[in-house]
Amino acid sequence: MRIALFATCLADTLYPQAVKATVLLLERLGHEVVFPFEQTCCGQMHINTGYQKDALPLVRQYVSTFDPYDVIVAPSGSCVGSIRHQHEMVARSHGEAGLASRAADVGARTYELSELLIDVLKVEDVGAYYPHRVTYHPTCHSLRVARVGDKPLRLLRQVRGIDLVELPGAEQCCGFGGTFSLKNAATSTAMLADKMSNVVSTGADVCTAGDASCLMHIGGGLSRLRTGVRTVHLAEILASTEIS
Amino acid sequence: MSSRDLILGRVRAALRDAPPAVAPVPRDYRREFPAADLEILVDRLVDYKAEVYRVPPSEVAATVTAITSRAAAASAPASSAAGNDAAVSRDAAVLVPPGLPEAWRPAGAFPDDGLAPDRIAAADAVLTAAAVAVAETGTIVLDASPDQGRRIITLLPDVHIIVLRPSQVVASVPEAVARLTPGRPLTWISGPSATSDIELNRVEGVHGPRHLHVILLEGDDGD
Amino acid sequence: MTFLGMPAFAPRGVGHLRGDEPFPAAARTALGNSQMRRNLRHATTTIRGKSGRVIAELPDWQDLRSAGSAIKADVMSRLPELLEELETRVTTAGGTVHWAADANEANEIVTRLVRETGSDRVIKVKSMATQEIALNEALEAAGITPVETDLAELIVQLGEDKPSHILVPAIHRNRSEIREIFLRAMPGVDPSLTDDPPVLAAAARRYLRETFLSTRVAVSGANFAIAETGTLAVVESEGNGRMCLTLPDTLITVMGIEKILPTWRDLEVFLQLLPRASTGERMNPYTTMWTGVTPGDGPQNFHLVLLDNGRSAVLADEVGRQALHCIRCSACLNVCPVYERTGGHAYGSVYPGPIGAILSPQLTGIEDNASLPYASTLCGACFDACPVKIDIPSILVHLRNQAPHPRAERAVMATASRVMQNPRLYARAQRAAKLARIVGRRGRGLPPPFSGWTAGRDLPEFPDQTFRDWWAAR
Repeated sequence: MRIALFATCLADTLYPQAVKATVLLLERLGHEVVFPFEQTCCGQMHINTGYQKDALPLVRQYVSTFDPYDVIVAPSGSCVGSIRHQHEMVARSHGEAGLASRAADVGARTYELSELLIDVLKVEDVGAYYPHRVTYHPTCHSLRVARVGDKPLRLLRQVRGIDLVELPGAEQCCGFGGTFSLKNAATSTAMLADKMSNVVSTGADVCTAGDASCLMHIGGGLSRLRTGVRTVHLAEILASTEIS
Repeated sequence: MSSRDLILGRVRAALRDAPPAVAPVPRDYRREFPAADLEILVDRLVDYKAEVYRVPPSEVAATVTAITSRAAAASAPASSAAGNDAAVSRDAAVLVPPGLPEAWRPAGAFPDDGLAPDRIAAADAVLTAAAVAVAETGTIVLDASPDQGRRIITLLPDVHIIVLRPSQVVASVPEAVARLTPGRPLTWISGPSATSDIELNRVEGVHGPRHLHVILLEGDDGD
Repeated sequence: MTFLGMPAFAPRGVGHLRGDEPFPAAARTALGNSQMRRNLRHATTTIRGKSGRVIAELPDWQDLRSAGSAIKADVMSRLPELLEELETRVTTAGGTVHWAADANEANEIVTRLVRETGSDRVIKVKSMATQEIALNEALEAAGITPVETDLAELIVQLGEDKPSHILVPAIHRNRSEIREIFLRAMPGVDPSLTDDPPVLAAAARRYLRETFLSTRVAVSGANFAIAETGTLAVVESEGNGRMCLTLPDTLITVMGIEKILPTWRDLEVFLQLLPRASTGERMNPYTTMWTGVTPGDGPQNFHLVLLDNGRSAVLADEVGRQALHCIRCSACLNVCPVYERTGGHAYGSVYPGPIGAILSPQLTGIEDNASLPYASTLCGACFDACPVKIDIPSILVHLRNQAPHPRAERAVMATASRVMQNPRLYARAQRAAKLARIVGRRGRGLPPPFSGWTAGRDLPEFPDQTFRDWWAAR
């Protein structure tokens, strides 16, 4: 299958290894990955901070970049959630009915990685090998906006060598929330502290998730406290094999 | 302009651009129910710390007497033999609504004929019938019929004893709502008075009756 | 300047809808209160567990939510006719209906009605509407003593505190703090009072008993008002509601205009939704329903005060009006990770938590509560918990789009937008960002607003190569 890749601005810039892993994984499974260079950002930061007018050109950019493709994947439940649930609304509230319906259409063809693997490519065992103690943070937007359910866990359970441990309070937010972490830094830090103590309590050496943004947040805290736990994107685990 | 006209005008202005009609309410929730399961009702009542008795209609009065004597013994000072004697020697003052079946009334029953609040509060217990009960939620509804009385009589005494006929028990809330008459004063009761205001744990016994006893009639309804 | 007949916000200078400081500052202070945080964590964890268990018992919970949501949407679309129908039914049943455009008018009406009875004291059932309009302060100013009879409200009143939760206003207090408040402020309290919850509840029972029996006027709110029948309903636990709704000669009910339900039958939906979402019970201990006046049973004078106080302004916003569907169950507070840590006082308004973050700014106008729509990570837990499916995260995003923005932020966002809509500029900015990183190793010492991040977190190491560059070089 020919799959268009939306890297997301954050992962493109700060977590290229997660996007690379997405490419290598899909290619290993026999699919063709294309990366349209016109892509930039989905506009979620603008929308969620209250700048829908500034987000409108970004919605347009996303829609025109990905409209030609039948299947689009992004290694981020949060960006996929925004694309599917906010792009149409932003276009419509600015009187752009044509863009709104195209946005809805492209959004319906945009999948988070675990959705693509399980729902579209019908694969649960991706042939990965990852001999580490891992705990999974489901991330709020994967869970409650993109609604990926337990798909990431189903994929992780098939990984050979993995010691998957349950994260207490997994469904509680890590406190990131985009600009929330700046505007309400103290509250964000309080939430992060609880998330970190839950992560540490599992004894895992790796905390994984399907969103680079939450991983940046949790990882930034775990690093500051020198906990020795590292954050790794779900795609990186699924891309790992015994020989790599 | 009156405030009435002002508010209605504001609300109409607020809705000026709203779609004229909304889609019909989807009532896909459960509305057909099997016959009520009395065991579920009992389970729910006990969960609320209500006490349940299942007796034939002929034993209602005796059951009430047993409940009130136990309550009197429990509240009498244990160290005082005289107190204990007093508790067992007199009949408990059991307040009843004027239309309560005679056969259910224990010795010591006195009817509410417009009693003052302090007389009502002084009763050892109040004994009433009910209008309907919901098994799924353990709820009993009073509708102020003559066998249930004014709302005040079931509020001030510390012990409330309700006699429930099996035919009055429905499985679900929708069935209960359908059986009730809206114009009547209704009191929905689910266990004794309680609060969750301290650390969100349920604690029984605040302002309403602290003890709820339910006599669930066995066999036919005894009518 | 408001025009007659145009939707109006709740007026300034009266009521409890506006805080003294923005949410981030108030939250920062609250986060330092370790006792409050422990109390809240314990209480919200308890209620989440209870509520989850009883909701799981109902196979049709999602269908009930859909029905509840649709009934409320229908109410909003037909509000004028339903209000008139309710007025007719209540009047026919022997009640008197009053209309209050705002908090000042509602307070005047209630004060006048109490004065007309000659009583200098009222007993009160917990009511968000009367908290919102600061009725107690208005009554006190008129020489009338309001006595809160709900246990949590009593704790707040005796502790000269503020409510911090919609359902359990004293949720921020634990048993030993409550004991201390009672010992300090409850007249005639037994000095050997322990902190055992049943003992504390019994102390409240003894304290209020005589007041219930001797006060001739009560003030309540309402959970539901049925337009079709004129029936009002108050849902409660302790029996203080029954006392207030049954014993006095005069009952005055203050109710927001959005509390209406069209038909009697609609109760079958809401009486299933509210207790399970709210206190996590299959049913709350007591619900009282009354229709006007019943001769010989209960208050013989009944007044219903219908309150606007900004609700018409909320209704005018086609996205935001969903906030009026709220049935005040508090489920969104109990699941909110922000509320759990900051508590309710940080929100400034009597409506805290996620629902408060969308309701308060709409009632007052966004300028007076501009920080509240940002008091959320948009994690979405509130939306899933709401028994009437209010899409709180979407309304938060909608309100953020209306909120006044700091000038510097506006400039940054506009620049970011310009860069992001041009792939070439975007790639150049990625490289520039990498250079900027050299300035602060691990990101410590970044300037505001980024200092908030680096106070508690490291920044990620900038990679040698962006994905885009890797792909191009492949």
